Amino acid sequence: MSPTQWDFPVELCCRPMAFVTLTGLDVVFNAVHRAVWDAFCANRRADRVPISFKVLPGDHEYPKCRPKRTSYEWYIPKGILKTGWMNKHLNLVPALVVVFYELDWDEPQWKEKQSECATRVEIVRQSLQGRNTKVAVVLIQKKTPLPPGEDVIASERAAALCDACELSGKSLFVLPHTDHLVGYIIRLENAFYEHAQTYYYTEIRRVKSHKEFLNKTTHQLLFVRHQFKIAFFSELKQDTQNALKNYRTAYNLVHELRAHETNILEIKTMAGFINYKICRLCFQHNTPLDAIAQFRKHIDFCKKKIGSAELSFEHAAWMSKQFQAFGDLFDEAIKLGLTAIQTQNPGFYYQQAAYYAQERKQLAKTLCNHEASVMYPNPDPLETQTGVLDFYGQRSWRQGILSFDLSDPEKEKVGILAIQLKERNVVHSEMIITLLSNAVAQFKKYKCPRMKSHLMVQMGEEYYYAKDYTKALKLLDYVMCDYRSEGWWTLLTSILTTALKCSYLMAQLKDYITYSLELLGRASTLKDDQKSRIEKNLINVLMNESPDPEPDCDILAVKTAQKLWADRISLAGSNIFTIAVQDFVPFVQCKAKFHAPSFHVDVPIQFDIYLKADCPHPIRFSKLCVSFNNQEYNQFCVIEEASKASEVLENLTQGKMCLVPGKTRKLLFKFVAKTEDVGKKIEITSVDLALGNEMGRCVVLNWQGGGGDAASSQEALQAARSFKRRPKLPDNEVHWDSIIIQASTMIISRVPNISVHLRHEPPALTNEMYCLVVTVESHEKTEIRDVKLTAGLKPGQDANLTQKTHVTLHGTELCDESYPALLTDIPLGDLHPGEQLEKMLYVRCGTVGSRMFLVYVSYLINTTVEEKEIVCKCHKDETVTIETVFPFDVAVKFVSTKFEHLERVYADIPFLLMTDVLSASPWALTIVSSELQLAPSMTTVDQLESQVDNVVLQTGESASECFCLRCPSLGNVEGGVATGHYIISWKRTSAMENIPTISTVITLPHVIVETIPLHVNADLPSFGRVRESLPVKYHLQNKTNLVQDVEISVEPSDAFMFSGLKQIRLRILPGAEQEMLYNFYPLMAGYQQLPSLSINLLRFPNFTNQLLRRFIPTSIFVKPQGRLMDDTSIAAA
Amino acid sequence: MAKNYPLYIRSTPTENELKFHYMVHTSLDVVDEKISAMGKALVDQRELYLGLLYPTEDYKVYGYVTNSKVKFVMVVDSSNTALRDNEIRSMFRKLHNSYTDVMCNPFYNPGDRIQSRAFDNMVTSMMIQVC
Repeated sequence: MSPTQWDFPVELCCRPMAFVTLTGLDVVFNAVHRAVWDAFCANRRADRVPISFKVLPGDHEYPKCRPKRTSYEWYIPKGILKTGWMNKHLNLVPALVVVFYELDWDEPQWKEKQSECATRVEIVRQSLQGRNTKVAVVLIQKKTPLPPGEDVIASERAAALCDACELSGKSLFVLPHTDHLVGYIIRLENAFYEHAQTYYYTEIRRVKSHKEFLNKTTHQLLFVRHQFKIAFFSELKQDTQNALKNYRTAYNLVHELRAHETNILEIKTMAGFINYKICRLCFQHNTPLDAIAQFRKHIDFCKKKIGSAELSFEHAAWMSKQFQAFGDLFDEAIKLGLTAIQTQNPGFYYQQAAYYAQERKQLAKTLCNHEASVMYPNPDPLETQTGVLDFYGQRSWRQGILSFDLSDPEKEKVGILAIQLKERNVVHSEMIITLLSNAVAQFKKYKCPRMKSHLMVQMGEEYYYAKDYTKALKLLDYVMCDYRSEGWWTLLTSILTTALKCSYLMAQLKDYITYSLELLGRASTLKDDQKSRIEKNLINVLMNESPDPEPDCDILAVKTAQKLWADRISLAGSNIFTIAVQDFVPFVQCKAKFHAPSFHVDVPIQFDIYLKADCPHPIRFSKLCVSFNNQEYNQFCVIEEASKASEVLENLTQGKMCLVPGKTRKLLFKFVAKTEDVGKKIEITSVDLALGNEMGRCVVLNWQGGGGDAASSQEALQAARSFKRRPKLPDNEVHWDSIIIQASTMIISRVPNISVHLRHEPPALTNEMYCLVVTVESHEKTEIRDVKLTAGLKPGQDANLTQKTHVTLHGTELCDESYPALLTDIPLGDLHPGEQLEKMLYVRCGTVGSRMFLVYVSYLINTTVEEKEIVCKCHKDETVTIETVFPFDVAVKFVSTKFEHLERVYADIPFLLMTDVLSASPWALTIVSSELQLAPSMTTVDQLESQVDNVVLQTGESASECFCLRCPSLGNVEGGVATGHYIISWKRTSAMENIPTISTVITLPHVIVETIPLHVNADLPSFGRVRESLPVKYHLQNKTNLVQDVEISVEPSDAFMFSGLKQIRLRILPGAEQEMLYNFYPLMAGYQQLPSLSINLLRFPNFTNQLLRRFIPTSIFVKPQGRLMDDTSIAAA
Repeated sequence: MAKNYPLYIRSTPTENELKFHYMVHTSLDVVDEKISAMGKALVDQRELYLGLLYPTEDYKVYGYVTNSKVKFVMVVDSSNTALRDNEIRSMFRKLHNSYTDVMCNPFYNPGDRIQSRAFDNMVTSMMIQVC
């Protein structure tokens, strides 16, 4: 954009820098000079002193200095600040003029050169007459200078040159043109900078010195001017603290000026300038809060200073500029490292600037609506002689007039007219949009998505006013979804209304239809009459006609639009628009609901499509189609109502496809699923509802899935939470809210009409061929075919069970590992109605535990659904859990020949092995036979014949066997000696002949075998009798290879008298046996302790009497004397 | 407002209503930000009153959020100097109490637009008092 009246002048916005001019440099033709100049201006980074340099010829004419006033007594200022003043001190009047001159100290023609240099200085001085500008001379030398003080000629000549040029020694510099040019230049410019600062200091003093001559009545303007100048010079001096202080004073002084309609613009302009400077400096000093506070103060001061009512748009323009400038300053400060926050960022200022720009537009619209015949005044009152104003903020037609009375009202009128006519040509929208987009960029940065959306809406609206409908629509369309998703319907409606206008004016069919659909919908807050109008337009469009223009549109634009619409019609062919509705809230709602979450394949699938219209008038649709994931069903779910285009609005309440506003319409669909789809899900992928017909235009509303749009999920949630009772409706109607979308259903197989029975005798016994009888009976009305049985272990159980479970159809042989755990698809043939068949299965379970068995019967049957013959596959399954148990518990124990429990057996000494088979089965078991397989280490004492052949055991009964065994001496075996196996062959007593017997092998426990040195056994009768002799014979057998010394003694017992050797010591040879004979004479009846034999082996001290007692009896039963004898004794008596 | 859609919104005078709706809507940016910043503080120590949300030239926007994250936003004319922080705070408290009453109504479904007459009257009386 080109700068306008309201933009701040560049000299205000730039950073003031000391102005230094360089003369005597020929930068075009002299390479050395060029290098010097480049060193001055190249790479001016922040670390170099702030000077603005300019190369000027030595005889350059500087602005003339007006003669100094000695008295202000008769002086009346004509304005606050001259428009040229800032530029003059920035770019025209230097603080320092530097004269470059090529001169070496050893120059042969020194005199001539010296005077030439003096002349040059003199010319510059002449041109600067009356100014305090400093002059300095720089000698460009080819030689490197000697250190100061060493070069006598140099110091002499330098002093002479200073004299000739009337310079102080501080203003003469030497620039050796050697390698270190940049270094020298930097030192030079630092020196220049000091000179410049001195210059500005004197300037400040000079301006301040005027103050005492001023009086408050006539020189009010001068107070401001001088204060401003002091501040500006301070800035040039880089004394920003003082600059700020002086600007603040100036600001206060501006507001002390007497304001009137004629000078309000000037005051505001200056206030704006000073405010800008203050804020700028505050940001520079890193005190943003001061800047904001100053700005707020400024706005509060000036907000109400509107000035001339006829030019009030100027005030708005000025306000807008203030905000924009502050926003720019703020933004710049942020770029330099300031951090802004969500609630205080430049965006707010841009936004406000945009707001004032909008106000300016509004005001301009009302104030500048002159007839076209009103001509721009001639001569142009805004034209000045110089082309610019003398003072900032004055009116061109009365510059410098301070009187508050209008000397020439006619001239004033013409001037105002000129301004108004000029304002009419301003493109306001462009400015507004720029400001808004600046604000958008800021709010985006500071996490204000809603603010951003709001501004984008405003931008869109502004584009609409600017007649850039494409851009307007783009922006509005972009933000619409934000408002929609947050449910701010009033705002959405307002945006949609604008968008509809745009699409109308561009004759954008699809957009026009989409926005109409939503404006008619339940999210729209439009009044019914508006809705009716839109509905009518929509129907017109669908009938291939032009809609009526939207209200409040620009008349010219409407004319263009009408032509566009007419063109659209002549192009009409097949105009089908598909609109996906899930992203917005159209005026028709749709819900699809399957009657059940699953359907059997032999019944028709039914579902309802519910439709509800929210528009004000009934509306007729032409077609409804439903699409499924299996597209073959699509053809069955189409409703089409042939109607002429003209009928869309007629015959309204009749017909399936005519929707009455607010009423829920239910449409029932029915179709037969394919048998291949059994076990699959049927899903509604979309519902398409067509409005209009192919002859005119046709809109297809497309719902994804089973219906629902942008607002419906929230509504459904609310409805689900609600406890509200819904009023009762007639039977055939439903409440919209109570309908829950069900967009998919499962196809499941036909219900089987057979019975499957299982007959068996649980529990199963380990390893037996467990018989399972399956009975299948058909209850179907027709023959069933291809009956198949799958039976066995139900899949999905412990993998170990599969290894240990085997199923077979043949029970006559034992099955082994190779048999499967599940038999699949055993054909059973066909079955007539009522017929039944039986199949026997044998299961062998190798381990105990419970197992689930599956029996699955499938078959085919022909049936008709909706007059359609289909072959259904039905199946019925049964599962049964069968426990497997051991058929019996086998207990084994080792006992001595005395039936005493043995923990260990003794080598070569016979012992007994007892088995005890306890039936654990609830069914009777027949033990066919039993067998003892001895380990090689064991030998039998007598025949190993089974003692339990063909014994039948009922539950809880047990069968015992006893075998006498001997274990030859083997030496010491760690962990005992294997005994062997005990094998029981058995079957259920109830089992049939051909069922094989099962052999159960029981591993017998190991037994610890011990060798003993001496085996003692006793020969004695089973009982004694009181006072009858009882002969006892002890056999002592030496089991070692050594001769053993044996000490034997017999302890007397109270119950016996005895005869025999009471104590003896003898020797038994290896393997030999010694007999000891005793005669016991019992004295008492009862179970009596025998006189105990004690043996002491001298070689084996471990051989104790305890051990001995295992082999020989320790007591005996003594019977009393016989009665018979008593009888005889009595008889004898 | 619960989720961020309006449960109840009213302005007086009624002209330029749209502008106020936009203003309330945009103020939610600040409310959201304040809530997320507050989330770190302890629940029982939380101040429900959010204070001045953001400054505009002509209006002041204040915010208040209940523990169940229902937001109240009030826009008042910035020239109305009678309304200081304390007044605003007590007005919000009144609104909150009235809202609680609405919630206690077993027939009110949380999330529905508020149509309670008592609430409406309270808002009206508050508006009359202020204007």
